[in-house]
Amino acid sequence: MIRDITLGQYYAADSPVHRLDSRVKIAGVLLYIADLFIVDDFIGFGLCAAALCLYVVLSQVPVKFIMRGLKPILLILIMTFCLNIFMVDGRILWQWGFLKVTDEGIYTAVFMAVRLILLIIASSLLTLTTKPIELTDGIEKLMSPLAKIGVPAHDIAMTMSIALRFIPMLLEETDKIMKAQQARGADFESGNILRRAKSLIPILVPLFVSSFRIAQDLAMAMEARCYRGGKGRTRMKEMRLKGVDFLAFFLMLAFLAVVISERVVF
Amino acid sequence: MSEIIRIENMSFEYERDEDREPVKAIRDLSLCVEKGSFTAIIGKNGSGKSTLAKNLNGLLLPTGGKVFVKGWDTADDEHIWDVRQTAGMVFQNPDNQLVSSIVEDDVAFGPENLGVDPVEIRQRVDKALSSVNMGEYKNKSPHLLSGGQKQRIAIAGVVAMKPECIIFDEPTAMLDPRGRQEIMDIIEELHDEGIMVILITHFMDEAVRADRIVIVNEGRIFLDGTPGEVFREYDLIKSISLDVPMAVELAQRLRKRGIKIPEDVITSEGLVEYVCQYR
Ligand SMILES: Nc1ncnc2c1ncn2[C@@H]1O[C@H](COP(=O)(O)OP(=O)(O)O)[C@@H](O)[C@H]1O
Ligand SMILES: [Mg+2]
Repeated sequence: MIRDITLGQYYAADSPVHRLDSRVKIAGVLLYIADLFIVDDFIGFGLCAAALCLYVVLSQVPVKFIMRGLKPILLILIMTFCLNIFMVDGRILWQWGFLKVTDEGIYTAVFMAVRLILLIIASSLLTLTTKPIELTDGIEKLMSPLAKIGVPAHDIAMTMSIALRFIPMLLEETDKIMKAQQARGADFESGNILRRAKSLIPILVPLFVSSFRIAQDLAMAMEARCYRGGKGRTRMKEMRLKGVDFLAFFLMLAFLAVVISERVVF
Repeated sequence: MSEIIRIENMSFEYERDEDREPVKAIRDLSLCVEKGSFTAIIGKNGSGKSTLAKNLNGLLLPTGGKVFVKGWDTADDEHIWDVRQTAGMVFQNPDNQLVSSIVEDDVAFGPENLGVDPVEIRQRVDKALSSVNMGEYKNKSPHLLSGGQKQRIAIAGVVAMKPECIIFDEPTAMLDPRGRQEIMDIIEELHDEGIMVILITHFMDEAVRADRIVIVNEGRIFLDGTPGEVFREYDLIKSISLDVPMAVELAQRLRKRGIKIPEDVITSEGLVEYVCQYR
């Protein structure tokens, strides 16, 4: 089970969204976040939600998978909702002791919740439809202009792609160490938080030791294969923008214009 | 035949903390290895085999003497990348030498570093993967493969760089018997295709498959010759508590019982054949 974790987010399919260049998809998410912060009423959110629905349909990712992405932030969602509903001043609708619910509070709470949900869905769609390795390649390409002002674009992307390679391995390693400790009577499940945290130390120490070993071995193997940073390096899979990519990007920009004019008009 | 690797009076010391003495891993070692040959290096743990291997492509630089690869001094910065392209290296741990989370991207890593044209990289990658029988795994993730399969990917990654020589540092040490067999078959195939092979191993039955065996002990060359010549020195090998192949051991015991087995019988097949004809 633990072996599949890197693939966890990615939903394999051959949809137009999957085929889109990862750079366009990253730009798309950034633009969409901008859209969500420009919008200031529910008409705007309606437009954003409609656009997102269209994107979901095109991506062929089942709604079930998208909802799964919302689960981890459910708690945050509920907390911000409660904070907003009780903290915002306005016309009081209901009061109990120091707790009061105002019309403004309800409005803000719903408003923020919708914004957050749309934002999470849009960004999880990026990882659902793009392989991690394409994502790091896209980030490298997008950041490459910044290399001129000293941002180590290649190194950042290389670090991320190596992390992708080794995270499953380290998880397996953790699994192995835990089982070995359990076989010798270690107990990770009972006791209070402090005790449980303490019982993790014998796992973390060997894990650190082995990750340093891996790092050393890997650095040597990379050098042996003539790795010398991004300079002079070519890529087997060159990223080329196709017609659809330009079209998609144009539509995203057009939608930004729609959102801006909606805000100005209403 | 011309030589690819030439080691002249090389020594190597690992520096340690201030007050402790450096570790002398290699002491005044000289060796030439010819183009297209298949050499096995054997020796006990800590005898300096890995240190020697890392000195052959400039991963470590000798602290004394010189190492030349195709005439280039490994200490010469200008040709270090030529050296590493000429002498590829496969390490012991199959997990810690793959870079990418996709098999074919990993094989492409070396040629990409060399700045090879994308179209050619694609051809090299496909060819290298099929030469290690891993073509159908090209879009898989390495962590889903077995140790032997990962090691084959590592070999493909080196082959795609078109080296003239590949140094294998105990490539089968962490594999099961089946994985070991697969890797040995691939190594022999690569040798048949004209690639010079240096195989570091502690399995004697792997070493007898080479044309030449070099035994290293305490950082020096202890014995050097064809497998027949080396394993003839049964007592010498035993004196540094190294093993000999099972067939050599058995033949030696039979000799002690008065059965005259020629000294060039060193493989199990050879021994079986001889014993069957014995009367
Ligand atoms: N990084 C290192 N730092 C210090 N000493 C080392 C290091 N690597 C190896 N050695 C020492 O160098 C000697 C040779 O090691 P090595 O070349 O790894 O031997 P082998 O591969 O034959 O087992 C050993 O005594 C070992 O302890
Ligand atoms: Mg070693």
